[in-house]
Amino acid sequence: MDLFDYAFMQRALLAAVLVGLTAPAIGTYLVQRRQAIMGDGIGHVAMTGVALGFLLNTSPVWMATAVAVLGSVGMELIRSRGRTSGDVALALLFYGGMAGGVMIINLAPGGSTANLNTYLFGSITTVSPEDLTAVVVLALLVLAVTLGLRRQLFAVCQDEEFARVTGLPVRLLNLVIAVTAAVTVTVAMRIVGLLLVSAMMVIPVAAAQRLTKGFGATLAGAMVIGVVVSLAGTVTTYYVDAPSGAAIVLLAIVVFLILSLAATPLARRRARGTAPSPEDVASCTLDEGKTGTAASPTNHD
Amino acid sequence: MNAGASPRTDADPVVSLTDAVAALGARPVLRGIDLAVHRGEVVALLGANGSGKSTAVRAAIGQVPLTRGEVRLFGTPLRRFRAWSRVGYVPQRTTAAGGVPATVREVVSSGRLSRTRLGPLRKADREAVDRALGAVGLADRAKDSVNALSGGQHQRVLIARALAGEPELLIMDEPMAGVDLASQEVLAETLRAQVDAGATVLLVLHELGPLEPLIDRAVVLRDGCVAHDGPPPKAVGQHALPGHDHVHPHAAPENADPIRTGLLD
Repeated sequence: MDLFDYAFMQRALLAAVLVGLTAPAIGTYLVQRRQAIMGDGIGHVAMTGVALGFLLNTSPVWMATAVAVLGSVGMELIRSRGRTSGDVALALLFYGGMAGGVMIINLAPGGSTANLNTYLFGSITTVSPEDLTAVVVLALLVLAVTLGLRRQLFAVCQDEEFARVTGLPVRLLNLVIAVTAAVTVTVAMRIVGLLLVSAMMVIPVAAAQRLTKGFGATLAGAMVIGVVVSLAGTVTTYYVDAPSGAAIVLLAIVVFLILSLAATPLARRRARGTAPSPEDVASCTLDEGKTGTAASPTNHD
Repeated sequence: MNAGASPRTDADPVVSLTDAVAALGARPVLRGIDLAVHRGEVVALLGANGSGKSTAVRAAIGQVPLTRGEVRLFGTPLRRFRAWSRVGYVPQRTTAAGGVPATVREVVSSGRLSRTRLGPLRKADREAVDRALGAVGLADRAKDSVNALSGGQHQRVLIARALAGEPELLIMDEPMAGVDLASQEVLAETLRAQVDAGATVLLVLHELGPLEPLIDRAVVLRDGCVAHDGPPPKAVGQHALPGHDHVHPHAAPENADPIRTGLLD
């Protein structure tokens, strides 16, 4: 396997593992509170940060992190107000961020919209050693929050009012979720890209819950799926010259479809286990002659 | 009623709303209500839709801001109140499920956060969750998804979640709404056990129903004002028959002295 000999590939694979772990981890909480769109919005806003990095000749990753964090805090404040005008405010933020990015990058000396391309859709060859340091540090932060505070964040996302009555610092935890989502966007930016990062926050979670009954299991399953597809997608683009984000997201969709197909008979079997339908009773009487058939309506799994 | 008759050393009501005024948007919902729930009492908040009963309990736990008046919990003004583990809240059940499945145990465990806060879930906490699941008869469903439950079972999950924190005060918003008869009996039994153990209860009800024998006092709201505060309204039909009179096990003030919640120890 010669692809592991290349330093750029080693960096890309490590970054891919971290993306596969972090994006579905924070994504599970966002999906739980039906806020999956947030990752998309932060991605748009982060474009301004990337462009500012170019313009000011500083690291686009750190600049994107700073702008994304500001944007996500703004989104959280809009969300917590719960006004009907919140939709419009979010649109202003999203598209302002995207337009700002395109405008600023063209102001940068020698900069053009083409510079943004690898940030929008991901690219395995562009993960520099400095990028990797930032990605590792930020990813560890995301994992510490999403796993270490999982019971608290679950409660906040599941029933915010109840969480407040338990005395949890709900406002602070909401900000923690927003900032963590922003940080995840910049972790994923190099591999999956800003426009596709939201897919990695949502699709592995949707795929995992075809098979799971609980939150913890969904979180773990989504992270496993995330790592598998982001590694596979990264390796794919070593052979196929395409943006890694596209390959990863398409693979995630394939996994989702496979698990959906697999889940249908599984759900049917589970339903049979709890409430035997007339068909099952019929098949049971047919099976009566045979010895020790597993499918009996009393057989709970 | 008994609780108000003899002033105790800790005479502070467990819940008190004084001249509470609240509005939702421009619409005034509470127009200056006074409500006190004393230790060991079971108070039902009754009234038509839109009378302000849900707003009143949500104001009591700080989820609806008052524009005038004061809320105190355990004698402490709400803005300084921090002892949330003494309060168990059962919100009105909504059919909206989260975007990710959750098991019965996961939901019930989140009630324990009033005690663990940001800390880990220890053995004692897991045992409290087990007891709460047992109290509502859902121990065997702990690993099932809450989405797979009936409305009544779902309501029992929310009550177990409140019990997991081993509270002294239960605040419940329409716990019987949309609950099948079998679950209503389980809920009434669960609540009776809590009351027998010394819990204080404030609950919003649409009708007294199977909880009627437990209720010490009813407060009826009408258009955001207290229209009645006293014995529960006389039931009609077979509930009004003689012989339906009930005795409260926790009523005698003389043996009510060391208040135990029964959940704590």
